[in-house]
Amino acid sequence: MQRIGVFVCHCGSNIAATVDVKKVAEMALMEQGVVHAEDYQYMCSEAGQAKIAQAIAEKGLTGIVVCSCSPRMHEATFRTCAERAGINPYMVEIANIREHCSWIHKDIEEATKKAVILMRAAVAKVNLNAPLKPGESRVTKRALVIGGGIAGIQTALDIADAGYPVDIVEKTPSIGGRMSQLDKTFPTLDCSACILTPKMVEAAAHENINIYTYSEVEKVTGFVGDFTVDIRKKARSVDMDKCTGCGACQEKCPSKRTPSEFNRGLNNRTAIYTPFAQAIPNVPVIDRDACIKFKTGKCGLCSTVCAAGAIDYEQKDEIITEKYGAIVVATGFDVIKLDNYDEYAYSQSKDVITSLELERIMNAAGPTKGHLERLSDGKAPKNIVFVQCVGSRCSDNRGKSYCSKICCMYTAKHAMLIRDKYPDVNVTVFYIDVRTPGKNFDEFYRRAVEEYGVNYVKGQVGKVCPEPDGSLTVYGSDLIDNKQLKISADMVVLAAAIEPSESVRKIATMLTASIDTNNFLTEAHPKLRPVESPTAGVFLSGVCQGPKDIPETVSQAGAAAVKAIGLLAKDKLMTNPCTAKSDELLCNGCSQCANVCPYGAISYEEKQVNDHGIRETRRVAVVNNALCQGCGACTVTCPSGAMDLQGFSNRQITAEVDAICR
Amino acid sequence: MQELINRAKELLSDGTVARVLGWRRGDLPYNPEPAYFSDEASLSEFVYNGFCGANLSKYMIEASKLEGKTLVFLKPCDSYSFKQLMKEHRVDRGKAYIVGVGCKGKLNMDRFNEMGIKNVLDVKGAELDDTCDKLIIETLTGEKTCEYKDAMLERCHVCKGKEHVVYDELIGDSADTVDADRFAEVERIEAMSPEEKFEFFRGELSKCIRCNACRNVCPACSCRKCVFDSTKFDSAQKANVDSFEEKMFHIIRAFHVAGRCTDCGECSRVCPQGIPLHLFNRKFIKDINTLYGDFTAGAGDEERTPLTSFTFDDAEPGTI
Repeated sequence: MQRIGVFVCHCGSNIAATVDVKKVAEMALMEQGVVHAEDYQYMCSEAGQAKIAQAIAEKGLTGIVVCSCSPRMHEATFRTCAERAGINPYMVEIANIREHCSWIHKDIEEATKKAVILMRAAVAKVNLNAPLKPGESRVTKRALVIGGGIAGIQTALDIADAGYPVDIVEKTPSIGGRMSQLDKTFPTLDCSACILTPKMVEAAAHENINIYTYSEVEKVTGFVGDFTVDIRKKARSVDMDKCTGCGACQEKCPSKRTPSEFNRGLNNRTAIYTPFAQAIPNVPVIDRDACIKFKTGKCGLCSTVCAAGAIDYEQKDEIITEKYGAIVVATGFDVIKLDNYDEYAYSQSKDVITSLELERIMNAAGPTKGHLERLSDGKAPKNIVFVQCVGSRCSDNRGKSYCSKICCMYTAKHAMLIRDKYPDVNVTVFYIDVRTPGKNFDEFYRRAVEEYGVNYVKGQVGKVCPEPDGSLTVYGSDLIDNKQLKISADMVVLAAAIEPSESVRKIATMLTASIDTNNFLTEAHPKLRPVESPTAGVFLSGVCQGPKDIPETVSQAGAAAVKAIGLLAKDKLMTNPCTAKSDELLCNGCSQCANVCPYGAISYEEKQVNDHGIRETRRVAVVNNALCQGCGACTVTCPSGAMDLQGFSNRQITAEVDAICR
Repeated sequence: MQELINRAKELLSDGTVARVLGWRRGDLPYNPEPAYFSDEASLSEFVYNGFCGANLSKYMIEASKLEGKTLVFLKPCDSYSFKQLMKEHRVDRGKAYIVGVGCKGKLNMDRFNEMGIKNVLDVKGAELDDTCDKLIIETLTGEKTCEYKDAMLERCHVCKGKEHVVYDELIGDSADTVDADRFAEVERIEAMSPEEKFEFFRGELSKCIRCNACRNVCPACSCRKCVFDSTKFDSAQKANVDSFEEKMFHIIRAFHVAGRCTDCGECSRVCPQGIPLHLFNRKFIKDINTLYGDFTAGAGDEERTPLTSFTFDDAEPGTI
């Protein structure tokens, strides 16, 4: 029989304003096993915790129920408090009467009733709690960074500088990411390559950093401190050790018709290629879908011209298995597809482009060598219209509900750069709002308007019509002057929304890291733990967590690195004792639990059992406590109920439900 | 039938098997029962005809623990149950010598009653060698005839097929018996309003006398200890205090066999109250087919079933 103490927190007025806390404490005394109940203003404070410790000592309590905020907030606090006062920390249960009750209800009577029910459920559970003891697990002192853009590079550099080895896995042939495609960066207008490439070189040269390009994460098993990851190193068809990066193969390659991914398909690349001149590693890959040798068996020119003998048509994908203590996701973003936005004529006219394509056009190493020209006829544009929020802040299902955050600033940058270099070009920007929070951001935008004479129009574009003479008629509304505009333009630039990279869903599933409805990875707490995933040992860096510009990405990358370093610096971690356990007398040995276990924690043994006098050898399930994460998938799959979760047993959960339904 | 007996005798005498698991004549011509035969003499009682609906695969769980091999006769649909049990490590394939027997559809005595044929003394035309298109029924009031298919079990009208999925040798031909849509009844119930559904099931399940025949015969209900018999859980006690206790039992049972039920139809065949219990299982099968692609438990070699494996393109709860 338990001796339970119930402690009801006011949380200032957070709970007490909506829930009659005295009534909850009073009702608690009527519950089975409850020998003590009291309420206090701030249970988590030192004075509040002292009350709990005092009651444990005076009343000989064996179990504690704290009616307060979410267990994610203070479960650890009260467990530590109980442990210090001499009882097992797993004898503490939290009834969440704040997030689940007071914050979401207005009626005091109803909310009090609900708080009492939540308290009863927790008491019913504690009545069945048993002391649990956590185990220990080791920490592999190595980090994995998934994604080699600026976020991944910065995180890797920071972790490596702290003295821990880091592997970067990048799916494309070079690190650098989106930032390497940009021309200039706001608000200081430094050249993107000038600030990024030194970092790429630093990462490549760092003794603690190992870079796997043209590689993808294939499988992740294990848990915080002890992940095992399979990395697929796709066949490059070029020996990385032999290649000198001379580029002769690319000059001679006769297959020249594949759209360049790096230049957003605005020009073509060869079948053997490096994405851009400053690529790291400076070792080309053969695109086997485009290569004539792979398609027809004939050619082999690259091999003939390669003085180093680095071309290897026989190379195969390689799986590298490595152990890591921490994993940082830095998978970045892509620009949305514009299929749902036919009104802007993106698919009909070469002169309607996205802002990222404009970056390539403006870039001296881009398809037009930096000359601003129309892609249809190569003529210099005289009237350019920018359309903001294409697919961002969308109220219907066509686009994204969120603000992509970076578009206002890069559009101001584009407009300013064009007016600076080509003063005779008229630039019009259609916007919903101009959002410029950030250091020196609003000053930057105002310069575009005031010094460079960019014509900002508040309103949206309804339609872009390609005309027979090659021009584009833009129909838009000016909400301030309340009139409809019809502008003849020769180039339209769309600020398309950004979205998490397509690969993130697969990676999130492998890591059991949660993602939101927009495929952004969810943080453990939106304010207090913004760079940690709710999955222990997984950290978030860059746009995979939410839209960000470069300075924000770099600071978040550093923050993620610090969290990872904090983990790697530990020698041992306490493991969660709430793991599955199989009752060998009930186990059928059917393997269903092993089939559903996402952690590979269940194996089978032929075991001698004594089932009420019947001695026989049975095939029974055995759980590896170090691997089990306590997800409970096995317990609901087990048909005979042999599998149970310690700390969340079927009986405890049923008791809670019964208490709620009473 | 004689061919089966002869083969069984051979296998017993050459020591391939230590016993035979088959069907034995009952006290009436239409109620043969599962039985072990340990010597050649006892095989005189052996019978195999249109009334041998009983699925013998589940008996192989216990037979797997016995010394030596057991010869077991499996109809095509029974072989699915056996294979499912193999995948669940409940039967030992090495301990079984499987003779796959042909099947021309199995009969349901209730159909005779419905057709007004009572006081049955003998039934002719239901042997394995018969064409099985007409039945001649000798009754106290004289000889009667009926179409074979009019007396078949529901499950045979929606038969899974004539192929055995696991066997050592095959004896006898099978017939095509499918003439109905397997999911028509499920669809009819799906179209009901929630209130109508509840009333339908309350009407059917209230007939239940909790004799446990469905559970005992079901090859998927093979737990060493049923949750309803265990003191470790409160399932039985909770069901007892519910005013509609039968629903708890049958719905929990349906969930426990979901994804593993081969739709062998034994639950409905043995129910003394004539409850169409297979409908629960078939609803699960229909949903699995819709959400995860066509799947038949016991058919393939894979150990993972749609409900015990996760893939990136699985149906999300919100889409169901």
